[in-house]
Amino acid sequence: MIAARHLRTLCVWSFAILLVCCAREKRNYSPPKPPAPGKGLKLVSLAPGSSAPTAEVANPYEGNALAISEGKRLFSAYNCVGCHANGGGGMGPPLMDSQWIYGSDPQNIFATIVEGRPNGMPSFGGRIPDQQVWQLVAYVRSLSGNESPFAMNGRPDQMQVHRQDQSLPHLPPQRGSAPHP
Amino acid sequence: MLMNVLTYAALVHESVLDPAGTHARTIAGLWSVFLWVTAAIYVLVMVALVIALMRRGKHDAAETPRGTYAAVWVAGAASVMVLFALLTASILTGRAVAEERSEPLRITLTGRQWWWQIDYEDADPSRRITSANEITVPVGVPVTIHLHSSDVIHSFWVPSLNGKRDLIPGHDGTITILAERAGLFRGQCAEFCGVQHAKMALWVNAVEPAIYARWVEGSRKTARTPSTPSEIAGLQVFLRSPCPLCHTIQGTDASGSTAPDLTHLASRRSLGADSLPNTRAALTGWIRDAQQAKPGCQMPAIDLRSEELNALVDYLGSLQ
Repeated sequence: MIAARHLRTLCVWSFAILLVCCAREKRNYSPPKPPAPGKGLKLVSLAPGSSAPTAEVANPYEGNALAISEGKRLFSAYNCVGCHANGGGGMGPPLMDSQWIYGSDPQNIFATIVEGRPNGMPSFGGRIPDQQVWQLVAYVRSLSGNESPFAMNGRPDQMQVHRQDQSLPHLPPQRGSAPHP
Repeated sequence: MLMNVLTYAALVHESVLDPAGTHARTIAGLWSVFLWVTAAIYVLVMVALVIALMRRGKHDAAETPRGTYAAVWVAGAASVMVLFALLTASILTGRAVAEERSEPLRITLTGRQWWWQIDYEDADPSRRITSANEITVPVGVPVTIHLHSSDVIHSFWVPSLNGKRDLIPGHDGTITILAERAGLFRGQCAEFCGVQHAKMALWVNAVEPAIYARWVEGSRKTARTPSTPSEIAGLQVFLRSPCPLCHTIQGTDASGSTAPDLTHLASRRSLGADSLPNTRAALTGWIRDAQQAKPGCQMPAIDLRSEELNALVDYLGSLQ
């Protein structure tokens, strides 16, 4: 009797946990048009450290695992890594901390990508479709731990595998020679 | 419609039983050996079964008829011998197919989610050719294809030319094809690689060496300069849209490397790794929202005004 009740509780809880994961794995390839770029957003002044824009725009991809991993792919495909490295920073600032000059809310990061920032950040407005900008926003926020840990991937969907530096060069097998080690 | 289907069937070869390459012919030979040997065994077993059923009841169950043990031994030995013969045949076929040849022509095939990048290697960079989803090869020349994957495991399979060979990330392999006759051979990714695995096909176009030389000459050229006002406007649309972030058109500023090279787009048969025929209507729909035709693919929906889209399609359609 007690065992049956425990079993029922277990089932209910397992189901509840599964429901939590629904948004994580949602794949909507043709989503409704995301919020317009920058239109509703207040521009920040050129001086850093000013107050963050007030318009609240929710990222449609908040907490979505596929969007975060797509963002990761785009982050390297669009050469964000050229300046920001993989979040650690280089020519551009690091993205792994959550204290940011131009704000770390989704709408701030969106505006930063679309409009660009002084001292090096180019404007990608009209270059990257809004949907992909939001995917980049989701990924960039995951770097600083602002995204839900349930949605962040331990391994990206798109593994970028490169030939190991220490691997042997590829040589065509020679007739009669010893097999390739 | 019927004529189209018939013409298609006559032109396109995608079958292990319709070999057009030396390797595929060897494999088809093995297939025939297996078919006839196993068919003969099937007939023999069925005949034995019928005989056994007809003789039922003529003997006492307790009494073992003479010669039973001998028959079991003979049948067992025959089975083992047939199995060894088939095993030998498949090992010999495997060795024949795997034989490395010299490589007058070297092609690198990169599997990507979900299309094929094709690079004709050359020591001189200006003589390299980059294309997508369509390999043109000369008839009668062994072509070694170096297989590389940029993301997950794919598998290269053109049934009429050779068997399957996987493209494994971080572990490059090779496969050799030798087309014996001119023709259009369809291939398909043969290893599940994600949501659009089914729409990841490619074409091998085997042509006579003279035609091949002409094709190489044309493909090494940079993209055609736009001539009409609409094409010129189309190039401008291309360059200020998201397109050049991923696509390359040689001879222009567009040099993205994560999506198919569009330098000679109009000369290809299909779009999106054979998801759609390469027609004006299909190209327009593909640019506007590729997710309708191939959900999950990496081409995003591009938001353009209709006159911009028209000009862009005019320009891309002119890239012979």
